[in-house]
Amino acid sequence: MRITCPICGERDRREFYYVGDAVALSRPDPDDGDIAWDDYVHNRDNPAGVTRDLWYHEGGCGAWLVVTRNTVTHEVLQTELASDAKEAMA
Amino acid sequence: MGYSGKFSGWRVLKEGLTGNKGWQGHWREVQPKPEYDLVIIGGGGHGLSTAYYLAKNHGLTNVAVLEKGYLGGGNVGRNTTIVRANYFLQGNSEFYSHSLKLWEGLEEDLNYNVMHSQRGLINLFHSDGQRDAFARRGNMMINQGDDAVLLDREGVRKHLPYLDFEQTRFPIYGGLMHPRGGTARHDAVAWGYARGASDRGVDLVQNCEVTGIDIEDGVVKGVQTSRGPIRAKKVGIIVAGRSGQVAAMAGRRLPIESHVLQAFVTEGLKPVIDHVVSFGMGHFYISQSDKGGLVFGGDLDFYASYAQRGNLPMKEHVMEAGMTLMPMIGKAKVLRSWGGIMDMTPDGSPIIDRIDGIDGLYIDCGWNYGGFKAVPASGWCMAHLMATDRPHEVAEKFRLDRFRTGVGIMDEEGTGAQHNLH
Amino acid sequence: MRLSGKGLIDRTKPVSFRFDGNVFQGFEGDTVASALMANEVKLVARSFKYHRPRGVMGAGSEEANALLTVGRGAAQDPNVRATMQEIFDGLETRSQNRWPSLHWDMLSVNDLAAPFLGAGFYYKTFMWPKAFWEKIYEPIIRRSAGLGALSGAHNPDRYEKAFAFCDLLVIGAGPAGLMAALTAARAGADVILAEEDRLMGGRLNGETEEVGGMAGADWAAGVVAELEAMPNVRLMTRTTVTGAYDQGTYGALERVAHHLGDRGGRPLECFWRIVAKRAILCAGAIERPVAFQNNDRPGIMTASAVRTYLNRYGVAPGRRVTVFGNNDGVHQTARDLIAAGVHVAAVIDNRRDATDSNDYPVYRGAEVCNSSGRKGLESVTFRSLSGEDKVETDCLAVSGGWNPSVHLTCHMNGRPVWNEAIQSFVPVDGMIPGMTTAGACQGTFSTHGALSEGAAQAIVALDTLGISAKVTDIPKAEDAPYEVAPLWAVGGKGRAWLDFQNDVTVKDVKQAASENFASVEHMKRYTTQGMSPDQGKNSNVAALAVLADATGRGIPETGTTTFRPPYVPVSIASLGAGAQGAGFAPQRFTTSHNVSVDRGAPMIEAGLWYRPSFFPARGEKTWRQSCDREVNMVRNAVGVCDVSTLGKIDIQGPDAGAFLDFVYTNMFSTLKVGRTRYGLMLREDGTVMDDGTTARLGEQRYVMTTTTAAAGPVLRHLEFVHQCLCPQMDVQMISVTEQWAQFAVAGPKARDLLNDLVDDDLADENWPFMACGPIKVLGVGGRLFRISFSGERAYEIAVPARFGESLFGELNRRAEALGGGLYGMEALNVLRIEKGFITHAEIHGRVTAFDIGMERMVSAKKDCVGKTMSERPGLSGADREQLVGLKPVGPVKQLTAGAHLFEVGAAAVRENEQGYTTSVGYSPTMESYLGLAFLRNGRGRHGEEVVMVDHLRDVTARCVVCDPVFFDPEGGRVRG
Repeated sequence: MRITCPICGERDRREFYYVGDAVALSRPDPDDGDIAWDDYVHNRDNPAGVTRDLWYHEGGCGAWLVVTRNTVTHEVLQTELASDAKEAMA
Repeated sequence: MGYSGKFSGWRVLKEGLTGNKGWQGHWREVQPKPEYDLVIIGGGGHGLSTAYYLAKNHGLTNVAVLEKGYLGGGNVGRNTTIVRANYFLQGNSEFYSHSLKLWEGLEEDLNYNVMHSQRGLINLFHSDGQRDAFARRGNMMINQGDDAVLLDREGVRKHLPYLDFEQTRFPIYGGLMHPRGGTARHDAVAWGYARGASDRGVDLVQNCEVTGIDIEDGVVKGVQTSRGPIRAKKVGIIVAGRSGQVAAMAGRRLPIESHVLQAFVTEGLKPVIDHVVSFGMGHFYISQSDKGGLVFGGDLDFYASYAQRGNLPMKEHVMEAGMTLMPMIGKAKVLRSWGGIMDMTPDGSPIIDRIDGIDGLYIDCGWNYGGFKAVPASGWCMAHLMATDRPHEVAEKFRLDRFRTGVGIMDEEGTGAQHNLH
Repeated sequence: MRLSGKGLIDRTKPVSFRFDGNVFQGFEGDTVASALMANEVKLVARSFKYHRPRGVMGAGSEEANALLTVGRGAAQDPNVRATMQEIFDGLETRSQNRWPSLHWDMLSVNDLAAPFLGAGFYYKTFMWPKAFWEKIYEPIIRRSAGLGALSGAHNPDRYEKAFAFCDLLVIGAGPAGLMAALTAARAGADVILAEEDRLMGGRLNGETEEVGGMAGADWAAGVVAELEAMPNVRLMTRTTVTGAYDQGTYGALERVAHHLGDRGGRPLECFWRIVAKRAILCAGAIERPVAFQNNDRPGIMTASAVRTYLNRYGVAPGRRVTVFGNNDGVHQTARDLIAAGVHVAAVIDNRRDATDSNDYPVYRGAEVCNSSGRKGLESVTFRSLSGEDKVETDCLAVSGGWNPSVHLTCHMNGRPVWNEAIQSFVPVDGMIPGMTTAGACQGTFSTHGALSEGAAQAIVALDTLGISAKVTDIPKAEDAPYEVAPLWAVGGKGRAWLDFQNDVTVKDVKQAASENFASVEHMKRYTTQGMSPDQGKNSNVAALAVLADATGRGIPETGTTTFRPPYVPVSIASLGAGAQGAGFAPQRFTTSHNVSVDRGAPMIEAGLWYRPSFFPARGEKTWRQSCDREVNMVRNAVGVCDVSTLGKIDIQGPDAGAFLDFVYTNMFSTLKVGRTRYGLMLREDGTVMDDGTTARLGEQRYVMTTTTAAAGPVLRHLEFVHQCLCPQMDVQMISVTEQWAQFAVAGPKARDLLNDLVDDDLADENWPFMACGPIKVLGVGGRLFRISFSGERAYEIAVPARFGESLFGELNRRAEALGGGLYGMEALNVLRIEKGFITHAEIHGRVTAFDIGMERMVSAKKDCVGKTMSERPGLSGADREQLVGLKPVGPVKQLTAGAHLFEVGAAAVRENEQGYTTSVGYSPTMESYLGLAFLRNGRGRHGEEVVMVDHLRDVTARCVVCDPVFFDPEGGRVRG
């Protein structure tokens, strides 16, 4: 599996650390309640198909990436810097 | 007994002498009926064992198991066949202990040779800290009434003389041995439960995909399937690997992320590994099947996947771990690699629970990659829950709401709410 | 029998090798199979279950019968295909799965018991009596199963792994592959051409046909010569592409030196990870056998293998050969045999309209239905409209048609489709992104078709990369239509083999179907069809056809099982190359490593690092003696310990303080410059992640320390928090763990030791507890932190790593002069237990700040990672197990870590479990074992007695529960 880091270019999967769904970018406020926090930390859409998840270019530039990917075919559709994605959400 | 008759050595002899013409199907071929008391979605190991124990323990036989493919086609047919009861947290400990006891009587109970073989499991440790953590585990196993022996380096050498005790990167300090741990023939477990359930009247319906769950006013009414609607008073979702998709039919999200776990088998070899052995400083565990293949695996590929196949980095890591630990396996040749879809939960422990807010809907999921050994107890406890609406005492901690409340989280790995780390 | 004048072997180079102890002669270019055949050795193996005598069946890597063990001693290599093993002088091979010998194999009695050993018999028996399974039945089954044997000794050979990159990967160098590679190479693309065989050319090397007006093999050699001369081409022979993975990654096994007696420093094998922008699969096809009674005897082979042995190796597989099949290949085989001077006993063609011949007898519309000859074929019986007849023959060449080698196309779960015309499965487009197929693996069986498709697919592939390739002239070649009649299993009473290796017969498949194992996956799993070393390459399609027939379905409805990687078996040593011994993980050494080793310290692993366990002094016999001395040294004089392995993260920027406030539970923005603070970090789920001290070196600069184990994870976490949660913060961070060597100097005389060493006055007014700052160490710029992990007055002194070794030596000399010295991990552990300081033994991933008594460190004034979730009801309260100290008070004075705690008088069972011990050590200071433990409601139980039970080590000790800080609870010593 190969992933294109927006900074470094296409690299082997073994340079990257995977953490999970990109929902991690959407941290609730402290007073959003237990259901919101349960959803943030534990519950997942977990789609069989296109998903957005977070990868860390640990063996490279140290950038966190949002990777749009298909969980059935392993096709990688898009990668972007997580910091860009987060700032776009603001 | 039943449709296919009793199995025994005498029967094999008799049939052999008469041209093997007397064998029947191991289960009845059926068409689904329009209505059942209970419907189990999923004809894998857990679904079939649930059906079996519903019939056997609770006398509930107006039951259908709906399987979208073939019986036993899920993770029960694509695992590394390890059976063990070596957990250390309350909740897990009593459950897996119960499961192991069921394994120990399974052949007799099912009249099916599932080749449960208590070859002994040795988890190696490579530092003082790991030894202490394993000691805690082993002591809990004994507290629970199971067996454990703490081996020092020489003790390990006695059992596993072929390990690399001199050159390996992470020296072997010792191992936690679980003599009652071992392996079983995975497919046979599914078939044995299928035969037992079918003989007791359960309908096993293959090639029947559930496409919807009918819920009216918070009460389950039945399911929609590729073979038409089927009414039911109670529905159990037992579809590890697809739990999220089926729960979504009932409008629920689960604390599950699906990951691929690869496993490997080599060409047949004369007996060389007698135990189940696991490495403590990398991802590698191994046993040898009765056919002679080395059966081994490691960790997840670590990215969410439904592909039932993996990539080279984890394959290589697993083989590298094997080579540093037991370099005598170098010339064994990998014949086949495959992948299963794992329901990974935030604490690495499973869920057997009712689905809150929907009467008559139950779920058994989240087995991470420890589901095979749980097949008997999972079915036992899920059947108990579905039949009585009360959790079984050895599974009462497998609650869906534990993550929200923080009560009863069972994180054996201590890695926290990152699904792929368990 | 060797034929004169034929073949691609080098008759000027005779080679001798051994098989089962006997010496045989062959020539360079021979495989073990061809050389044994030249020596008229027919019986080479025994089957898996029935121990039937078996001979060579094919000529490629898919060989199902002729598996041998190569070599001896530690290096013995089991299950090697005789058809792939090239001979060299001194090669030693042995047959396997037989006892006492290949010719007299005791377990061949299994063959007589066959009626009782059919499909799945073992699921129905061996259940009584229960205890017999593990003790009797299973050991017997295990001993009789398996094929070859591992030596049991550590692997003595060298293996390698490598990466390669290309524009176009061509898999297989038959006519299609050669044309594809040539077309792409001439267009300037970076090409890798991988071929399993030692020779490129594929079937051209085994056939008599012409390409471009010359012998096919000569044409192939010409193309190879042209490719070899091009700098943009890498030719890889003896290299099997084994798997297709995501984003154009392919695994490939190169058998580098299996054919060499003297490897000259080469590795035995190399496993390649090839990343290709595009790939063309030109894997050819595999000829399939036909199932009939006793179709497994030595001398029964595929027709194409017979031609290969004739034409490529100059070997006649028999003296009177019969040919049987359902396509024109049988006639080609007969013609080749006649041309080579071999007698053709009969050609048996199941097609009624098959062509007749004047050169050999043809039986049309006939089928072979039985054979005889125990250890070698003697005759075959065939059946036609006119009844049964028998022909004396010592070799039967069989062709049931061809199966395209679609395997690689299926590695991503794609399913091939049934092609009725060729009675085979063929791939469809897009099964592997970036890979197309050409030639026989696509179902194109004519040579001309293969050449054209190879060239055409190369042009298409290059076009997608923006490289335009010219149409190459397609050389003139055979272009006959392929006509085949269905022929899977010939009816009859006895056993007819499908999967030769696993002894799966037509009867087994039918029985499986009748027992409801009617889905193809059930049939496979119940009978083991296709699970043998050839993974069903020779047999799966025929088995499907038999199953389809038994269940009244067509072949396409019956479907296929899935081909999965690897295409051919791959050694664990090659996939795991480099890891044997210490190569499994990097080794990290501190700057003091050599000094510690010189002092005799046993070095222990700490993650990837090595740290000294203790420093034995003269006369000390046990580690405890050394440890006790080192602890006393720190408590009474001064000790020196390398703490460089702790993670160090340099954090800078205007928002550094605010950032740390968010990742730590406590405040860091309020920390004064020149001061250090202990910090606690949570995971977002509210559990403790790590702890450590962070020093403020400037208004906008902090240096964080982490535990050794968490150095990587914490940096990753900090980057996550910054980039994913608060990218607006102006802060940057980087690991400086390896840039600084850092040493703890601890003990009442620590300041005395340092006073002369550093240029600053270390008076407590200037350097109070928790002070930090830059300092000159013997003229070298460094840093000093007044922090302590021992409870004594202590400093950590840091210098750039290049000065580490000399500073460590200097510190040691000065410590010894003051009555102190070096201390290791054992003493460090005892010192911290005496003070109740936690490590990852305590913060093991399941404990909260509440559990360790630090809930007040979670600041109420601000949000931080993990704060909200730590407030969940289940993460605090009396039900939680809380950190306590334990001291033995009963007759047993020893404590152990990993033991469980019970109320006095309670049975030591799970239901009564109250907690567990995490760290213990003997404290020479307190003259007692001390333990840290987690105990339910522990903070409310100080003074209570509990029982510690360690079943495993047989220790039961009565303990009193106390505060975890055993020594100097007021903390006076650390302040001086």
